[in-house]
Amino acid sequence: MSSNADIYHEMIVDYSRHPSNFGKIENPTISYHDSNPLCGDSIDIFMNVENDKVSDIKFHGRGCAICMACTSVLTEIVKGKSIEDVRKIQKNDVLGELGLEQLQAVRIKCALLSLKVLKYGLYSYLASKDTNADALKQEASSLY
Amino acid sequence: MQTAISVEQIRKDFPILQRKVRNDKSLVYLDNAATTQKPIQVINAISDFYTNHNSNIHRAVHALAEEATEAYEMTRDKVAQFLNIKDRQEIVFVRGTTEAINLVAYTWGRQNIKEGDIIVTTEYEHHSNIVPWQLLTQEKKAKLEYIGIDDNGELILNHLDQFLATGKVKLVAVSQMSNVLGTITDVASIVEKCKKVGVRVLVDGAQSVPHMKVDLSTMGCDFFAFSGHKMLGPTGVGVLWAKKELLEQMAPFHGGGDMIREVHKYETTWNDLPYKFEAGTPNIADVIGFAAAIDYLNNLGMDYVRAHEVEITKYALDKLSKINGIKLYGTPDISKRGGVISFNFADIHPHDLATIIDEDGIAIRSGHHCAQVLMEKLDIAATSRASFYIYNTKEEVDVLINSLARAARLFKL
Repeated sequence: MSSNADIYHEMIVDYSRHPSNFGKIENPTISYHDSNPLCGDSIDIFMNVENDKVSDIKFHGRGCAICMACTSVLTEIVKGKSIEDVRKIQKNDVLGELGLEQLQAVRIKCALLSLKVLKYGLYSYLASKDTNADALKQEASSLY
Repeated sequence: MQTAISVEQIRKDFPILQRKVRNDKSLVYLDNAATTQKPIQVINAISDFYTNHNSNIHRAVHALAEEATEAYEMTRDKVAQFLNIKDRQEIVFVRGTTEAINLVAYTWGRQNIKEGDIIVTTEYEHHSNIVPWQLLTQEKKAKLEYIGIDDNGELILNHLDQFLATGKVKLVAVSQMSNVLGTITDVASIVEKCKKVGVRVLVDGAQSVPHMKVDLSTMGCDFFAFSGHKMLGPTGVGVLWAKKELLEQMAPFHGGGDMIREVHKYETTWNDLPYKFEAGTPNIADVIGFAAAIDYLNNLGMDYVRAHEVEITKYALDKLSKINGIKLYGTPDISKRGGVISFNFADIHPHDLATIIDEDGIAIRSGHHCAQVLMEKLDIAATSRASFYIYNTKEEVDVLINSLARAARLFKL
C-alpha cells in the first residue's frame, strides 16, 4: 500500500495554492452549495449552460489541499463538455487525474465534495425537464 | 499518594501505547482532549464485571445483583471523594457531559427560564454547552448572550458584569477549561459575581476534572458536568452534580424503570435522589470501570498530573514557537492553561497536516473541535490540536516537531 503522505505530490500542493476556475459567476444558470459538517470544507459551484454545453464553470469556498485540488480538476474536466457528458462523470475520473484512487476512507469526503455539489447542481437544473434526473440525485447522495 | 512514579512506569499500564500504527511507527497519541487511552486496570475491571459479576442492579436479590449493585454504588462514593462532594445523592450518572448539560436544560431550564430571560455562555464553549441553550432560549423566547474572549484567549469578564446588570440573567454556563485554547476559566470570579445577584452557575468540567484538582465543596457553582472517558475511564459514563435542593425541585428527565417510587395507571411518584434521574438500566459495566480510572488518578495524585502536563506543555510551546510559520492560539501564561495546544502551520490546512503526520504515527486532532463559535471569532476554519496526558513524553513532542518539518518540506514552506 502506498504511503498516505504520497498523496501530497507537487500537483496537489500547487492546486491548493493556485486553484483552477476559482471565483464566482454572476447570475449563473446553475449554482449549488454544500459542506462537510465534520471538517468544515465548504464549496459553491457556478455554471453557465449554453446550447446544452457548460460554457463556463467556477467554484468558490475553502477546504484542505485535497478538496481544492479535486475541485480544480473537476472544473477543468467539466468546462466545455455537453450536459450529457457531464452527467456521466464518475468519482474515478476525478481521483484518477490526481492519483488518489487509493485515498483513505476518512479523506474521501474531502476529494468528492465538489462532485457531490456538481451532481446535485445538475439535478436541480434537470429535474423539471428530464425524467431520468433522479438518478443524479441518487448518485450524489451515495458518493461517500 | 505516590509522586515518584515515572512516565515509563505509567506507559506500561497502557497496552495500546505498545502498538505500532501505519508503517510500523510507534503510536504518539496526542488527542487526549478528545478521549484518553485506558490503563489495563480499567480494561480488567470491565472484563471482570462481565466475566464474574454481570447482573442488572438495584432490584433483584440474588448474589450477582448484590455484587453488581455494590460495585456500581461504590463508584458514586469514589466520585464523591474525588471531587469533595459531601452528599452522594447529589451525583447522577449520565452518558457524558453532553447528556448532563441537556438534563439541566430540559428539566431545570424548562421550569425556570421564561420569555425575556437571559442565559450567558462564552465564546470558547464546546457545542455541548451552546446548542442545548440555543434550543431552550428559542423555545422560551429567551436570549442567549456570550462572554467574549481577548487576544490571549481569556474571557472578558466585564461582559458578564454588563449582562448581570440587566437583572434578566438566570443562568451562566461556562466551561472550566477550553477544549481548543486550553484556557483555564476563572470560575471563582464568575461564581462570586453571580452569587451576589442570585444567578445560577453551570460549570462544564469535561476538560478540567481529568487534568487538575477540582473541589466542588468550595467552587460554589450550582451544576457541574464531566465525562469519564477523558480521564482514563470508559466511554458512555458521565456525571451531573447539582445541589440537592435543585435536584429535588427539578422534574425528571427520562421516565421509565428505576426512577419511580410507585406507578399507577395515570400517575407516578418519583424515586429518591439520585435515582429519579437514572431511568432505565444504566451503563453498569462502564460505571464500574470508571471507578478503576478514579483509583488510578488518585494513586498518581492530581497535583502530579497537573505538574506533568505543565512541564510537557511548556516544552512543546517552546519548541513550536521556534518554528517559522507556526501560529499558536491561547494564552502563553502556563498557569492559566491546560495541556492543550491549538496551532496552524503557514497555509497548510489542518486536515492535510494531520494526514501527513499520521504517517509518523502521530495522532492529533484537526478541525473545529466542536467549537465553531470560537473558530468564527478567531476567523479561521480549523486548527490542529495536540493535547497531552499522563503518559506523554518530551520525546513524543520531539517526534511531532520532526514530523512538522517533513510537512513543511512537502508543502515547500
